[in-house]
Amino acid sequence: MANHGSRPSAPGVDGPRSLFEPPRVAAPALLTRDEADAVTKKVLSFATADETRVTIGSSASGNMRFAVNQVSTSGDSFDTTITVRSTFGKRSASSTTNKRDDASLKSVVERAEALAKLAPEDPEAMPELGPQNYATSSAAWSDATAALDAAKRANAVNAITSVAKAENLVSTGFLDVNVGAFSIGNNKGMFAYHRQTAVALTTTVRTPDGTGSGWAGATANDFTTIDAAALGRRAADKAKRSTNSVAIEPGRYTVVLEPTAVANMVQLIGGSLNARAADEGRSFFSKPGGGTKIGMKVVDERVTLISDPNDPETPGAPFSFDGQPMGRRVWIENGVLKTLAYDRYWAQRQGVPPNGGAGGGLMMSGGDATIEQMIASTERGILCTRFWYIRGVDQRTILFTGLTRDGTFLIENGKVTRAIKNMRWNESPIFMLNNLEMMGRPVRVSSSESGSAGQAVVVPPIKARDFNFTSASDAV
Amino acid sequence: MSASRREFVKSAAAAAALTAIGPHASALAAVPEIHVPTQRMEDDYAALCLRAIEAARAAGAQYADARIARYRSQGINTRERRVQGLSDNETAGIGVRTLVNGAWGFAATAELTTDAVAAVARSAVAQARANRAALARPVQLAPYGAAQKGTWRSPIKTDPFTIPIADKVAVLLAANDAAMKVRGVRFANSGVNFLREEKWFANTEGSATEQVLFRCTPGMNITAVSADNSDFQTRAANEIAPRGLGYEHFLESDLVGNAPKWADEAVQKLSAKPVEVGRYDLILHPTHLWLTIHESIAHPTELDRALGFEANYAGTSFVAPPEKFLGTYQYGSTMLNIQADRSQTGSLSACGWDDEGVAPEVYDIIKDGMFVDYQTTREQAPYLDWYYKKIGKPTRSHGNSYAQYWSDVQFQRMPNISQLPGERDLTWEDLIAATDRGIAIVGDGSFSIDQQRYNAQFGGQVFYEVRGGKITGMLKDVAYQMRTPEFWKSMDMIGGRSSYFLGGANGDGKGQPAQSNAVSHGCVPSRFRNVNVINTGRSA
Repeated sequence: MANHGSRPSAPGVDGPRSLFEPPRVAAPALLTRDEADAVTKKVLSFATADETRVTIGSSASGNMRFAVNQVSTSGDSFDTTITVRSTFGKRSASSTTNKRDDASLKSVVERAEALAKLAPEDPEAMPELGPQNYATSSAAWSDATAALDAAKRANAVNAITSVAKAENLVSTGFLDVNVGAFSIGNNKGMFAYHRQTAVALTTTVRTPDGTGSGWAGATANDFTTIDAAALGRRAADKAKRSTNSVAIEPGRYTVVLEPTAVANMVQLIGGSLNARAADEGRSFFSKPGGGTKIGMKVVDERVTLISDPNDPETPGAPFSFDGQPMGRRVWIENGVLKTLAYDRYWAQRQGVPPNGGAGGGLMMSGGDATIEQMIASTERGILCTRFWYIRGVDQRTILFTGLTRDGTFLIENGKVTRAIKNMRWNESPIFMLNNLEMMGRPVRVSSSESGSAGQAVVVPPIKARDFNFTSASDAV
Repeated sequence: MSASRREFVKSAAAAAALTAIGPHASALAAVPEIHVPTQRMEDDYAALCLRAIEAARAAGAQYADARIARYRSQGINTRERRVQGLSDNETAGIGVRTLVNGAWGFAATAELTTDAVAAVARSAVAQARANRAALARPVQLAPYGAAQKGTWRSPIKTDPFTIPIADKVAVLLAANDAAMKVRGVRFANSGVNFLREEKWFANTEGSATEQVLFRCTPGMNITAVSADNSDFQTRAANEIAPRGLGYEHFLESDLVGNAPKWADEAVQKLSAKPVEVGRYDLILHPTHLWLTIHESIAHPTELDRALGFEANYAGTSFVAPPEKFLGTYQYGSTMLNIQADRSQTGSLSACGWDDEGVAPEVYDIIKDGMFVDYQTTREQAPYLDWYYKKIGKPTRSHGNSYAQYWSDVQFQRMPNISQLPGERDLTWEDLIAATDRGIAIVGDGSFSIDQQRYNAQFGGQVFYEVRGGKITGMLKDVAYQMRTPEFWKSMDMIGGRSSYFLGGANGDGKGQPAQSNAVSHGCVPSRFRNVNVINTGRSA
């Protein structure tokens, strides 16, 4: 993990070490702001292009996998990549290296410049930004996460495997730790720096005969906020309760979706927020006849959808890949589409301010219903833990397909009555949010299928009607 | 054509002419190489691998392997008359894997110095020691005979990094132009990515290998929009599969020549008839079928899935536990023969050795419809010792270990897994002519399958209605839903060798952290009876 202290000096000048020194990590710690600034300035000193942008990412990734109640693999990796984008007039190109010696930095500049000179002129080229003001937020960084070494990771994993072993269940899972620093600078005086920690812990617990499976997961910037044993208990409970499942007829059902399942769906809207695609007529947000749906009601009026990397609930880098300050963007407010993601070129063309794109976390409004109240108010419906293998079917309606997984239950007359077999659905988050019945309190969820830490997503549990299940699956 | 673009095309043509008369005499070809600090970096990297495994052994590892990989990549993306992105990258680093008392450890760094690789090896040993505490079944590695030594290189004709960038850009912009000329087409995107991976490997059992692998990934997407913006349809050029080849594959893909046909199909899709839901016989073109094979045969026959190791993400398998399925389970029709083969020329997973130094085998996974073997690594093969003894085969890895990058730990990844052609040399046209009521699907589209690989749904690029042995029109909004065993048992007619096509993808995901594998799947046109088809069109 990062920040173990000692750091090798320049290649080839590694001094002798004490025999009593603990095993030393083999890689540098993250670049500090000053170090990133110094590397940026060095790269710029080699540049001859009209404009040069330097993007530096340094990362220390650690992970631990466990399977069949024991650690299967674990690892640490360290890398720093430096990308140079050179522009002559309207001709641009970029080149990346992960070596930081002067010769390599000089060479990566030469390569970017040689390529840029060969590029055709880009009619959409935008000049590099000058100095900008960026918000600062400390919520994205946690010393505890940065200090998470192999032994501490093993403790978290043991907290889950011991729950599973005690109940004669089989746990599998993943602890993903990312510690990174990211900077963007250019020869026009712009410089942005952000450092961040992120951790995700997910587990799938199965019965030994493979007839039951339950999942639980959490993600955070601060590892100490994750209760590993509680995740283990939750997944184990679902595994036990999901045995003896029965198949039900596919069709339209009222669903109670746990927050992870809601995030699996709602984050799909992010992929359609591109303003240009909407203006060009190839997006759900295109208005028939031309233009976009901005100002039109697109989902239930209780729904508001926001990205804001400066919000402590969804912390992230306060700038876009080209150095634009990225603040609060309200995509949907009270059901009405308020804005789309505008890059600098398209914003200028459409006469609106650029807003840095669609990144920077995702937060959805909520309500005060509990999942128990949602279940109690449902005559017949399905309770879903999470969704899997979600893939686009039709961009025109943001229609996707996917399946339920690891805890799917039938609700009858206000009660969860039994486990049901998993089902495939063909559904759009837009339709789902138009069929909204109840919402609960928003929470941060692990919403990537792969269990990676990813960007922060904060959503409520919901109840929605007419969710479209199209076939049954025998998969447990 | 704008002045700048005209100049560019002119200079590209000049560059091409220069390339033809001399070995890259053009100044346009003079993209500098990344600085090389020593004269013979290859020797240094081989030596650094040895240094790392020595350090791991000294720190207490019973087994260690070290893998240095250096990646050179070049990517160009265009839309209409504009180059959106042009990049040329080179990165390198080392990953060291260690085994201490049956527990794995792994560590990786970009610092390629004698001291840094030794330190990272010690770090991997420390990892293994930390993991050893809760060990239930210690890792055992299957033997693989004599230490492996040598070099291997993808069989490319032209190194893409020696070709002027302007030539590549000119092809892409010309392809976009050709598509945009078709009435009704509003957008055209094209691009190409070239990769060269140089890989040095050594382990404590005396193996030391060097490999140079290439990949070429051309692509194109064409979108037609209806006059009133009420509908849009995209045709992706799935016939252009990525391959383990060089620049020649980009040229042979003939984007410029094919673009008008794809563009025309995008426009036709706007007015295609929405499919009526129901059961149909499906005739699947190999540009489509490779993905169905990937999802419903290649993934469920990965042994780590069957043993439960991937339960938290990729999932498990319906073909499990092994003792209930191996050698006894009828996976599909007797026409179904599936083989794993990393030796196919131009395939994405072709290599001399896998990422734990094993020379890969060609082996059967499904023989005459019967399931006969899983994909394995050295760690996994011993789990099937009982089976290999029964059938009289040695217990050894099939050579299916892979890591996407130097900083990722290697694990079981699928090799090329391909359908064998039928004995009769039937063609796509023969299958259509023999079908009374069906849908013919070309190209892969939307895809999704459950975590045990039973229930899948696939779309496509172009859908044709087949009536009385003839294509009678184009359909849209088609997807089929299937249950894997029934689907493969319903296969009743397949094409012969002349209709074989090698599809594939760079983005085969598995593992945590998720890693992308590059894999090819060869197959022939095949017919499936009575498959459930849904209509995916909904109004917003």
